[in-house]
Amino acid sequence: MTSTIDESNKEKMRSVSVDLNHDASLLIDIPDALCERDKVKFTVHTKTTLSSFQKPDFSVPRQHEDFIWLHDTLVETEDYAGLIIPPAPPKPDFESPREKMHKLGEGEATMTKEEYTKMKQELEAEYLAVFKKTVQVHEVFLQRLSSHPNLSKDRNFQIFLEYDQDLTVRRKNAKEMFGGFFKNMVKSADEVLISGIKEVDDFFEQEKTFLLDYYSKIKDSTAKAEKMTRSHKNIADDYIHISATLNSLSADDSTANKKHLEKLSDLFEKLRKVEGRVASDQELKLTELLRYYMRDIQAAKDLLYRRARALVDYENSNKALDKARLKSKDIPQAEEHQQQCLQKFDKLSESGKKELTSFKGRRVVAFRKNLIEMAELEIKHAKNNVTLLQGCIDLLKSI
Amino acid sequence: MADTARDPPPQHTDFHELEDGEDLFPEPTATLESEPASLPAEDISTNSNGPKQDSLFDDDPEDLFAEATEEVSLDSPERDVLLSDGPSPAITPITPPTSVLTPRIGLHDDMFTHSSFDEIEEEEGGDSFDIHISVSDPEKVGDGMNAYMAYKVTTKTSISLFKSHEFSVKRRFSDFLGLHSKLASKYLHIGYIVPPAPEKSIVGMTKVKVGKEDQSSNEFVEKRRSALERYLMRTVKLPVLLKDPDVLQFLESSELPRAVSTQALSSAGLLRMVNKAAEAVNKMTIKMNESDAWFEEKQQHFENLDVQLRKLHASMESLVLHRKELSVNTAQFAKSAAMLGNSEDHTALSRALSQLAEVEEKIDQLHQDQANADFYLFSELLGDYVRLITAVKGVFDHRMKTWQKWQDTQMLLQKKREAEAKLQFNNKPDKLQQAKDEIKELEGKVEQGEREFEQISKTIRKEVSRFEKERVKDFKTIIIKYLESLVQTQQQLIKYWDAFLPEAKAIS
Repeated sequence: MTSTIDESNKEKMRSVSVDLNHDASLLIDIPDALCERDKVKFTVHTKTTLSSFQKPDFSVPRQHEDFIWLHDTLVETEDYAGLIIPPAPPKPDFESPREKMHKLGEGEATMTKEEYTKMKQELEAEYLAVFKKTVQVHEVFLQRLSSHPNLSKDRNFQIFLEYDQDLTVRRKNAKEMFGGFFKNMVKSADEVLISGIKEVDDFFEQEKTFLLDYYSKIKDSTAKAEKMTRSHKNIADDYIHISATLNSLSADDSTANKKHLEKLSDLFEKLRKVEGRVASDQELKLTELLRYYMRDIQAAKDLLYRRARALVDYENSNKALDKARLKSKDIPQAEEHQQQCLQKFDKLSESGKKELTSFKGRRVVAFRKNLIEMAELEIKHAKNNVTLLQGCIDLLKSI
Repeated sequence: MADTARDPPPQHTDFHELEDGEDLFPEPTATLESEPASLPAEDISTNSNGPKQDSLFDDDPEDLFAEATEEVSLDSPERDVLLSDGPSPAITPITPPTSVLTPRIGLHDDMFTHSSFDEIEEEEGGDSFDIHISVSDPEKVGDGMNAYMAYKVTTKTSISLFKSHEFSVKRRFSDFLGLHSKLASKYLHIGYIVPPAPEKSIVGMTKVKVGKEDQSSNEFVEKRRSALERYLMRTVKLPVLLKDPDVLQFLESSELPRAVSTQALSSAGLLRMVNKAAEAVNKMTIKMNESDAWFEEKQQHFENLDVQLRKLHASMESLVLHRKELSVNTAQFAKSAAMLGNSEDHTALSRALSQLAEVEEKIDQLHQDQANADFYLFSELLGDYVRLITAVKGVFDHRMKTWQKWQDTQMLLQKKREAEAKLQFNNKPDKLQQAKDEIKELEGKVEQGEREFEQISKTIRKEVSRFEKERVKDFKTIIIKYLESLVQTQQQLIKYWDAFLPEAKAIS
């Protein structure tokens, strides 16, 4: 199945983060994508005035794994230890609509042709929505990189954008994959580490407490919001069945009820469309918002880990220096090492503070925008529902 | 065909307060007869004055002597004697066998066109149908497994049949079942669509008995209370039932003999199940020559209606479930959002998140209420009609059985006539006389059979017309109510989100 998206749709989708693509020197977007079975192929398009690139306007095909590679190399780059690395986009997940499509196929015999067609349409729309979402999330990742003063200059980022052949050879091989797994294990040990560390800086102490707590809360909220959205979708599906059965009843009926049933069937068909929109808007404005910032907060936490590790390194280097002084051996190396650690730590703290402050600002702005839009959409849909319902009631009372 | 005459006065032994366990074949014959549908009603001595209430609206002289078979009914003085006949309807041979009296008018179904029925209906409507019954105040009586719920049944009416304008009594669930059982045995097999009683639920009741005072058992009681109310209102909408002494007694008298044979696991219950199975087999083997297209068409119509209503009911139940889930999920999200708001260190955003949590909490209550409306208004209506249509189909089946009985009697008559001819030929005088007597009797029975068939056909036509009218009205009323509930929910939603919007905008 192949799908493409157009600009206008993309505009609507771009809601979660504030508009990033405003620096004309490097403009990135994903104008289209192809979905083949499990794999999604994104077309990454770059327009640039920077001389560091070979051409001013070019496109390359990329897979999800390429994005992950890029993210991981950035994370592993020492120089960026003091930055919040934008979270990697999640893997495209078509599991849910695929499963539902399968179930629908199994249940085909139990419904009328009309019902089946409508359910199928619903599912195809869901599939498309998942697809659009994944494109958007990959695009935003690249755009955050391009708008970051340091990261946009990264060599690997440039390779990602430009290299016109398959990146596979540069991606993680099996050994590195294991390395990644190991790193994740170490990270959870880090969490214990930073919780336990004695913090000298008030700012970071506060941030640490805040981020740790906020992360678990937002993760929970994301899950609960998802469940809400799913319930709305279920209700919309029920409305489809109800509308279809009412239609059958109406066809068979020869009494005055016939008209009633027809109108009612129409009404439920319209109601289910509105309910479907309620579900998808809630997902976009609320669930996606929470999900996105949950991942961002994880990235901020990673920054804190790195800083905590640097602090530990610094403290260890101090201990080593003391030992060296005691033994009167290798003192210059120890001093050198200690200085390095201190520098690294200070640099991390400085850039970390900047990053975290701007992060908070971004978050507040995004929340505000999305909460307002969600409330406005809920009102719009409810008003729509009232009109539909009242219209039907008036009609029924008159016949 | 022995006339198993049951002597009036009826045996009151059935109705002493029996403990639950004692209901083991106390009166086997009596209980057998509680299932009139299973046996051809041969034991019904030709009696008349069937439902005399018919005469009130039906100008047709035929009906005064209608072979309304089973019994009872009748006006005040004899009422008290005839009542409390629980499952075994007593027959009061009030007039001599009417087969002699009734002029044989060739009744044909097509004689009664729909228009005449409509007139009859309108005449009925002339009587001010002003009665309102409510079932309320469920109260648990007793403890443990012998406990039961008592409901207050209040009737408000201006109909003169009743002793006063407003009165109430206490009834328990088995009383309702007992009432239905009596009415079914009296009226179903002559073509009246007797509304089915609400269903038993052993699981539900056990929870209540055991004293589990939780939400699900409260919901169960409320569901039952509502169902019982609808049941009574539907029952009194049938003019023939409204005037029935059992109904009057049910609504009015403070003491009601306990209907013991309604217990699910009683011997009567088991017998009922066995009989129902036998019935089902019988139904499959009756092949009726349907001479009347109207019946064929209607039967098909009800078959279709049955299928579609069941489907719709299932979809509605799914909707109720999902809306309840939505309510629960919204509540959980509200709590989570509140926690998130507490955790948020930006003041304005924190406040907005708390407000969001409050809004979502109110919304979850809204969804809960809507789910209840979904259920009590729409879903239960559909459930009621699914059961009603089963009763309608039952009535059509009874007609088939009546036809079968008539045909069987006719065949028997034919055989006897052949036998008589043989006897005549062989010249056996005494046996001949006996044969002639038997033939005479059978001829009467054949006539009666034909009359019964025509009567039930006629009644069914009327009933179906009444039923369809009711159905249209019912649906329209309830659907409008349901849609109005949906409108209310949406309007509340608008209010809540409108109140939240400024809070979101205030984030800076």
